[in-house]
Amino acid sequence: MPGSDTGAYRRTTLYNAHVNLGAKMVPFAGWEMPLNYPGGIISEVKAVRSRAGMFDVSHMARLRFSGPGAVSFLDTVLSANVVGLQQGRSKYHVICDEDGGIIDDALVYRIAEEECLLIVNAGNIDEVVDWIRPRLEAHGSVQMFNYTDQVGMIAVQGPEAAAILDRISESPVSAIKPFRIGEVSIAGAYMRAARTGYTGEDGFEVMPPREALQKVWAAIRDAGVEPCGLGSRDVLRLEAGFMLHGTDISRDNNPYEAGLERFVHITSPGYVAHDALARLRAQGTHRIMVGFKMIGRGIPRHGQAISKSGQTVGTVTSGTHSPTLDANIGMGYVDRRFAAVSTRFDIDVRGRLIEAEVTPLPFYSSRKI
Amino acid sequence: MTPDDRKYSKEHEWALVTGIVATVGITQFATESLGDVVFVDLPEVGSSIEQFGKFGEVESVKAVSDLFSPVSGTITERNDAVIDDPEVVNKSPYEAGWLLKVELSAPSEIDDLMGAADYDKLTAEEG
Repeated sequence: MPGSDTGAYRRTTLYNAHVNLGAKMVPFAGWEMPLNYPGGIISEVKAVRSRAGMFDVSHMARLRFSGPGAVSFLDTVLSANVVGLQQGRSKYHVICDEDGGIIDDALVYRIAEEECLLIVNAGNIDEVVDWIRPRLEAHGSVQMFNYTDQVGMIAVQGPEAAAILDRISESPVSAIKPFRIGEVSIAGAYMRAARTGYTGEDGFEVMPPREALQKVWAAIRDAGVEPCGLGSRDVLRLEAGFMLHGTDISRDNNPYEAGLERFVHITSPGYVAHDALARLRAQGTHRIMVGFKMIGRGIPRHGQAISKSGQTVGTVTSGTHSPTLDANIGMGYVDRRFAAVSTRFDIDVRGRLIEAEVTPLPFYSSRKI
Repeated sequence: MTPDDRKYSKEHEWALVTGIVATVGITQFATESLGDVVFVDLPEVGSSIEQFGKFGEVESVKAVSDLFSPVSGTITERNDAVIDDPEVVNKSPYEAGWLLKVELSAPSEIDDLMGAADYDKLTAEEG
């Protein structure tokens, strides 16, 4: 186990480091994780958008698949085209059940010809493993193991992340291009590093061996990177238009209505969700995920109703105050007829109808125009 | 330091009484529990509020909290500065971050509130 068990919640190896930094610790997906450090959520968001922030994401679950046929097996259970993925590259995708419902969204990294790393949400690991394992039985040469406990994971995100990591690593981390994975050495420890993240900024996710995790965390922090918690991570991912499984997407949603069609490759031989997804795509969906900005005063929150002329036309799945845009923003499913950009509707913010306007996703992009 | 010139409610609001008017706000403990305040909703001047009744909302990035009035009366002033710039509530909960001025309809209610020492004891327990 990484860290230790303390009653109901697990702790990562960095738990004491977070407490010593004054983090406010909260339960999350079975783990006790930092919500924010003393500087507060807004300061952490600004650090990531302007310089660099670091997140302990060791709680995220890491599965390894290897052996002859591992890659073609993954193509039967993931919506990614793993066979078509070059070594050293990664792909965001969804794991759908036979009805097309989203069990989880995940990143798959092809780390060797017949070896992959799959990173799934902490709260979904049991469901993912329970769903994959019986399908693995027909592929005797493919091994799956839970790799979560062997390594930790630190996300270093922000416009200065690459330059800072280059300074403290023995080999240039910036040589790893976006969405690729390589190996680096930081603070005397070798580890995999992927140029991926969940903030909409350039950045890396480094996976030090568990025994080196505290040393690597300290080295990155000493290089001037601001520790950031789940609170800022949630704001950053919403600004970047990324879904949060369990909040925006679930087994009750299919990838088409969630706006994830571009991450769905259904033609791999033996793909278990092929029939359901082909049918759903042909049928079209009556509701679709949109982003919106509040026009009136109010912050949208998960579960609030979206209405048009008094008729309910949708539901908010995520909402927050965006410090980067200085606006109140949200995402939610709405009837397709009200999904076009600039359409206005009302959000029921605890009994008050507050006007909002559909805006393109993402709300924020780090790419300079 | 919790100022001892005013009274406190269990809901973490304070009332500073000057004659028949009370200035009302939320405590530092409340702002620290909430985190960065990004939205404050307050009633109009002229409306009445009841002691321990809900009178508004304060939202941080993560959470919404109802505001409960420590006193009953009529709102005579509203601090629009905190509506325009909610972080003033975090920076100065006892001074610049006040919320309302209320002309008291039942001044004896003040006796139902806590002094600073009792309030500190309560927050130490809630920790």
